[in-house]
Amino acid sequence: MSENIGNVWIFIEQDSGDIADVSLELLSKGCQLAGELGVKTEAVLFGAKVEGLVATLHEYGADNVFIAEDERLEPFSALPYTKMIVELVGAHRPNIILFGATQVGRSLAPRVASKLAAGLTADCTALEIDDYEDKASKTVMKNRLMQIRPAFGGNIIATIANSWEDPQMVTVREGVMPLSEPEKGRTGEVTKVAVNLSDEDTVVKVIERVKAESDVNLKGARIIVAGGYGVGSKDDFNLIKKFADAIGGEVAASRAAVDAGWIDHEHQVGQTGVTVRPKLYIACGISGSVQHRAGMSDSAKIIAINTDPDAPIFSIAHYGIVGDLKEAIPMLMKALKAHA
Amino acid sequence: MSLTSLVFVKQVPDTKNVTGDAMRPDGTVNRGALAAIFNPEDLNALELALDLRERYGGRVVVCTMGPPAAAAVLRHSLYMGADEAILLTDRSFAGADTLATSYALSCAAKKLGDYDLVLCGRQAIDGDTAQVGPQVAEKLDIPQVTYVEKVLEVKDGVATVRNLIDGGHEVVKTPLPALLTAVSSANEPRPAGARRLMRYKKAMTRTELLAKHAGKTYEDSNELAVEEEKLRERGLWIHEWSAADVDADPQRIGFAGSPTKVKKIENVVLAAGQFKEIPLTEEGIDALAKELIEDNVFV
Repeated sequence: MSENIGNVWIFIEQDSGDIADVSLELLSKGCQLAGELGVKTEAVLFGAKVEGLVATLHEYGADNVFIAEDERLEPFSALPYTKMIVELVGAHRPNIILFGATQVGRSLAPRVASKLAAGLTADCTALEIDDYEDKASKTVMKNRLMQIRPAFGGNIIATIANSWEDPQMVTVREGVMPLSEPEKGRTGEVTKVAVNLSDEDTVVKVIERVKAESDVNLKGARIIVAGGYGVGSKDDFNLIKKFADAIGGEVAASRAAVDAGWIDHEHQVGQTGVTVRPKLYIACGISGSVQHRAGMSDSAKIIAINTDPDAPIFSIAHYGIVGDLKEAIPMLMKALKAHA
Repeated sequence: MSLTSLVFVKQVPDTKNVTGDAMRPDGTVNRGALAAIFNPEDLNALELALDLRERYGGRVVVCTMGPPAAAAVLRHSLYMGADEAILLTDRSFAGADTLATSYALSCAAKKLGDYDLVLCGRQAIDGDTAQVGPQVAEKLDIPQVTYVEKVLEVKDGVATVRNLIDGGHEVVKTPLPALLTAVSSANEPRPAGARRLMRYKKAMTRTELLAKHAGKTYEDSNELAVEEEKLRERGLWIHEWSAADVDADPQRIGFAGSPTKVKKIENVVLAAGQFKEIPLTEEGIDALAKELIEDNVFV
C-alpha cells in the first residue's frame, strides 16, 4: 500500500445529539475501506454539544474523531460547515470522504467538493477499492475508490472513479450499507478542531425549525407492501394501504408512484429512497427498475404482482403472480385471513 | 424594489419513459431515442422566479447549458413568462460532470452580473445528484438554501425562505444574492400562456437563424444581420454564449474539467427469473397464503 495515502473520513451528521443512522452505516463501510487501504478511519463531528457522541463513534470503528463544538455549528448550515471541512481537509489530506445522501449531506458535500475542486459521486450503491487506468494520460492510479451507481433510468450500472487528486468524495443513501455491530468499550483518538468562523460564515440564519417524528419506518419493517405505477391512480393506492394494514406491514412505493403524487417520498424504496431488508416484500404493479431493485433485492421473500410477465421485478421475485393486482390483492387478503 | 432572478434550467431525457431502443447493444445510451423534456423541478424554480417578479417587480432571465436543441426549454420558459433567455452552448462543454457544469454555469452568471437570486431545481432527473446548485453557489461565493418550498418575503436585501429538511422544514433568512434550489412541492408551474406561445415560438438562437438561412453566412449576406436586429428589437432573440463568450477556462470545462470519470458501464442484464409462478386462481392464491404462513413470514 502507498505510504502517502490519506485516511478515510466519514462526515457524521447529528441533530441535537442524535447521530443519523446513515453516518454509522458509513462508519462501518469506512472501516472496511480503510482496512483494505491500510489507513485509519476518522469521523468528522460538528455541533453545539457533541462530545457525548465520541464514544459511540469509537465503538462503531472510528480510530480518531475530529470534533468541533460551537453554538454556530447547530443546527447544520452549509457555509460554516463547508469552511470547517475545507480547512480540515487542507490540514490532514484525507483519501476518501463519505457523506450521507440526506438533505444535509446533499447540501454540504457538493459545496465542499466545489471548493476543493474534487470529484463527487451521488447516491452510490456500492464502493470498492481497485486500480484505475486513466486512458487520457495512460497512468494507472493504484487503490482508488470505485464509485458504483445505477444511472440513466436504471438501464446501466456505472463505475465511476475520481481521476484527480484526493479527496475522493461520495454520498450514499441511508440503509444502503449494512451496519456493523459496535465493539463495546473500544476507544480511540480525539482531535479537537479550532472553530474560526467570521460573521460572513454565519449570514444565513435559521429562524424556525420543525421536525416531526415520522411514523413511517420502512427500514425496520418486517413486512412491506409496495405499490408502483401499475396501481393506476391515487384512489387505487388505497388498496395497497388496506393490504398493508391487514397484514401488519408498512406501505412503500416505487419512484413512479411517488412522482405521480400518489404517496409521499418518505415511502419511496430504491436508490433515491430507502433501502429495505424485510422478511416479506410484496411488489404490486412495480416493474422493477434497477434503482428500485437496489433498494429491496435483499428482502428475504419477494412476491411480485404484475400484469407484464416480462417485468424485471420477476427476475428477483420468489413468487410471481402474473395478473391484475386489483384481483390478486383482495384474493390474497382473503386467503391470508382464512389461514391466520 | 425590483429583483433580477437568474434561473438555470436543463433539458433532460425523459428517464421515466425509457423505451427498448434507448440503449444500444454496446451499452451506450441512445439519447436520440428518448424524448427530451424540461427538467421538472427546474419548472418549479422558474415558477418561483415568475411569482417573485409578480410580487416585487424586476426580471427573470433563464439560462441553460446544452446542445443547440436545448433552445426548446428556453422557448418554453419564454412561453411561461421569462423575460430573457440564454443558451450556453459549445462543443467544449461536452462530457462535463457536475463540477465542470457548475463552473460553466457560474461563468454565465458572472457575465450576466447583476442577479439578486439564482434559482434552479433541486435535482435533474437524468442524474438525481442535486449537486450542481450548491456547486454554483460556492463558485459564485454566495449563500445557498436547498430544497426550497416558498420564498416568504424579500426585504432590505434579505430573503426569508421555507425549505425542507429531513423529517420537517426550516425557515431561514439569507442575504442576497443567494442561490435557491426548488423542490416539486414548491408550486404548480404555470402552463405556457397562449398569447406568449404565439409570440415567442418565433424566438431563436443564432444557430437556428443560420439553419433557417442554410448556406448563408453573416459575412456574405447582410440579410442575417438585419433579421437578427429585428428579432432583438422584438425580444425574440435567444442569446447564444460560447465558452469564450463567458471567459471560461478551457481546462475547467467539459471532459477536461471533470474529475469524475466513468471507468466502466455495464448493461443491466437480468437472469431469467427463478420464481415460483402462482396462478391467479383461488386455489393458487390459497396455496401461496398457506406457504407464507407455514414459513412463519408473519411471526
